Amino acid sequence: MRIAVIGAGVFGSLIARELSKYDVDVMLIEKNLDVGMGVTKANSAIVHAGYDDPPGTVRAKFCVLGNSMYEDLSKELDFEYKKIGSLVVAFDDREVKVLTKLLRQGEENKVEGLRILEREETLAIEPNLNPAVKVSLFAPSAGITEPWMVAIAAVENAMENGAKLILGEGVVGFEKRNGRIAKVVTTRNRYEVDLVINCAGLHADEIAKMAGAEHVDLYPRKGEYILLDKKLGGHVRHVVFPVPTETSKGILVLPTIDGGILLGPTAEDLPSAMKDRPLTTREGLSKVKENAKRLFPKLDLSYVVKTFSGLRPESPQRDFYIGRSKLVENFINVMATRSPGLTAAPAVAKYVVEEIIQGEIGVSLTRKKDFNPFRKGIVHYASLSLERWQEEIRRDPRAGKIVCFCNEVTEKEVIEAIKRGARTLDGVKFRTRAMFGRCQGNFCMPRIMKILERELGTDMSSLTLKSENSWIVDGKVRE
Amino acid sequence: MSALKRLVCVQCPLGCKISVELSDTNRILSIVGNRCPRGEEYARDELENPKRVLTTSVRVLNGEYPLVSVKTNKPVPKNLVPELMKTIRNLKVEAPIECGSVLVEDVLGTGADLVATRTVRRAKG
Amino acid sequence: MKVDVVVIGGGAAGMAAALKASEQGARVVLVERDERVGGILNQCIHNGFGLHYFREELTGPEYAERFKKALEEKDIEVLTNTFVKALDVREKKLVVVSEDGIRILETKALVYAAGARERTFGSLMIPGDRPSGIFTAGVAQRFMNVENRLPGKRALILGSGDIGLIMARRLTLEGVEVVGVVERLPYPGGLLRNVIQCLEDFGIPLFLSSTVVEVRGRERLEEVVVAKVDENFQPIPGTEKVFEVDTLILSVGLIPQIELLEDSVEVNPTSKGIATSNLGQTSEGWIFAAGNCTVIYDLVDYVTYEGEMAGKYAALYAKGERFGPKVAVKAGENVMVVQPNWYDPSEELTLYVRTRKVIEKGRLVVGSFEKTFEELVPSEMMRVKIPRRYLNGLSEIVVEVKEE
Repeated sequence: MRIAVIGAGVFGSLIARELSKYDVDVMLIEKNLDVGMGVTKANSAIVHAGYDDPPGTVRAKFCVLGNSMYEDLSKELDFEYKKIGSLVVAFDDREVKVLTKLLRQGEENKVEGLRILEREETLAIEPNLNPAVKVSLFAPSAGITEPWMVAIAAVENAMENGAKLILGEGVVGFEKRNGRIAKVVTTRNRYEVDLVINCAGLHADEIAKMAGAEHVDLYPRKGEYILLDKKLGGHVRHVVFPVPTETSKGILVLPTIDGGILLGPTAEDLPSAMKDRPLTTREGLSKVKENAKRLFPKLDLSYVVKTFSGLRPESPQRDFYIGRSKLVENFINVMATRSPGLTAAPAVAKYVVEEIIQGEIGVSLTRKKDFNPFRKGIVHYASLSLERWQEEIRRDPRAGKIVCFCNEVTEKEVIEAIKRGARTLDGVKFRTRAMFGRCQGNFCMPRIMKILERELGTDMSSLTLKSENSWIVDGKVRE
Repeated sequence: MSALKRLVCVQCPLGCKISVELSDTNRILSIVGNRCPRGEEYARDELENPKRVLTTSVRVLNGEYPLVSVKTNKPVPKNLVPELMKTIRNLKVEAPIECGSVLVEDVLGTGADLVATRTVRRAKG
Repeated sequence: MKVDVVVIGGGAAGMAAALKASEQGARVVLVERDERVGGILNQCIHNGFGLHYFREELTGPEYAERFKKALEEKDIEVLTNTFVKALDVREKKLVVVSEDGIRILETKALVYAAGARERTFGSLMIPGDRPSGIFTAGVAQRFMNVENRLPGKRALILGSGDIGLIMARRLTLEGVEVVGVVERLPYPGGLLRNVIQCLEDFGIPLFLSSTVVEVRGRERLEEVVVAKVDENFQPIPGTEKVFEVDTLILSVGLIPQIELLEDSVEVNPTSKGIATSNLGQTSEGWIFAAGNCTVIYDLVDYVTYEGEMAGKYAALYAKGERFGPKVAVKAGENVMVVQPNWYDPSEELTLYVRTRKVIEKGRLVVGSFEKTFEELVPSEMMRVKIPRRYLNGLSEIVVEVKEE
């Protein structure tokens, strides 16, 4: 059976991995030059507890389920995940009422450990929080992770178990036969398929239309973020939310997985023409700063490392749209995967493969006997004990050659990232955290480009930042 | 009738502010503000024939680095710089190169030599 | 491995410190994380170095070469491609890593000369896209002068400090079109000689009281929007101008690299660098610091002087000598940056001062010492020796510049 998964974001990657547990031919088709570079790349990186989703919605169901899967998944796929818990903080009586509503909602959704903390308790576990807080809703099951790494790790594991990854090809149409999809047509190829799973993020509605399947209208919901320096790490200990509004979870303050502090996101609905333009704005960034200060008044906002923007695939229904198409029998939609998309993804992947493909459609799939669920990440030598690191250097001196000083990334890690598919500067960055530090690549970028040049056997001028036309340097100064 | 032209000397980072008094036939009447004789020379040159030291790079063959940084060891006429750059672009020198060695003598007849400002050893292997 | 003095950083300050420490008979190890010593000098191929120290005008690499040669002649162990992973302040031990493995260095004194890094694009919070084609000036300089690559075809430069001006000329000479230099102050940030040699010579416009308010480009930079700013550096709506460029070069300030030490020693509140006395000694007796990691200097010659001082006293400390008592040096009226933070009478006091604003005629007052200066600008650092007699008996030294 040949199954095409369109889009290698966190949903497509986990579905591909889930499928690779079975005796099927999996094709993961991604239009960008690398996996996880769309919606997956720029979001709050939170594994949500699940009290914020109205009971009975699709997202409520998959959020709690997905949340419970992250501990094991992070161990199998070797990505970082920290269950640091979250706090929703209330400053006045109206907000306190909303918290009680969230508590009830969470209980209905079967969120574990949810409880209201009094002011003293709250400040005891989050000491730098604005002391004007009245009460907070504590969710011990919330956590943080590295979203693109979930996708990268899932894809590596899927590929090890036989899945095929096709990069740099966007889907432009389908060939149908008897009302079913027969071939997937991309910018470069045609692939014969038996089943198509649409995980194309912001463009999933366009893909569905191409197939003649149902869809919901997707528009980008923009969130702007500010990232603060690791030296402020420890100032914030949990994922801290203000009281949510009708439309958004609000502007948060939370630790990042590698010790920095993330502020954001805003929530701005944009026209669909803006699907590929995550822009930051003066107003948006100002709003992030103001709101962050409200939650953590002592936060030193002068240590900004970078600002960025992420787009969520939102629909007017404000819920996931997952299901087999009734118009096109072998087409499955996984779209409108807005917040809590990242959290829900592992549960949705299982659901698609077990309930939809094997259940609803009734395809019988045989489990592979030799499926290996474990993927080993790229070793970060600087985190090893000195004895172990010394051993590694003896085995390969490049494990002792630090090329990114801010994050202590060695040449060996950069080479490993390239071996695992990094072809762009971002590809190296997102796999190793090189250039992610406070100097933002000022010291290491030329060095890393030389390594890419050497390992790929290409010229520096052909290297790009993220996409085909994002060249970095021009020709030679002297021929 | 005289006119006052104000210049900043570029011969060294002190950057003396020099005032040049010119007659109505553009003859230099006086030069004040310089803290050394190079400043007076600079002021005259700047008005009649501006000169600059050129610092740039030259392609190295078989060196540990692809470029050697170079300079003219004297200021050269500013208007010759584009032509100088053309000549330099076509130059290729073989490693090893010692810092201070002359790569081109009396480049373009300016009286200045093109001198290497760093050492570039021969590439290994 | 037991050593007398470890020097972290082989740039101008580190090389000077290592040489002077060695001169005092200390066993010195110099640790440099890059593949060669010389630091930023290796890529500064322009003129302007050494006028004070060598009484000759040299290019960056030439200046560095003098010290490199001296290092080779001395019995100093130079470890390149070696990174300091950890510093144990109590045990006076360093963990250093290189392709040769991991080493523990045990030392009696340390000279920290880690220099500075450039302020990044990310920290400026400029709205818009996140395309490729945005470089800090140092990175563009490295690409051009070391890697032999041009950063782009058409550039705009933000920041008229010396390094921005130097790059304007460098780019133009190599055929890159520089459409302008944008400066948020109402006057240029670098030396006037550079405004002439780098901008006026090539007809490159200087846009004062302006800043970049947006960058555009989905993949590679396509446009930069510049607007005029008011006295508070806030953009004035309606003054926006769009420049079609594929390259944006940033020269918007240097930040002392203090991260390895900042939890263990006091930080200079005016410079945000490591606080030191005039001997280069930090608040932690065995640790000395010099160069751009203490305060951002204008001239490398000053960095060399301070590096030598720190190296000398680190070696003396390693021998068992102790110094002081020291007196605090504070920034007073109109002084934005002052270095050092303490005066130790073991040496004369040389002050480095930056004023807070442009002062046409100002009187520097330090204790009973007074000296008048003209045309003081924050971008041009003052270096003044204060004879001992003016500082006797003071329990605190306040450095002020009074406007006349």
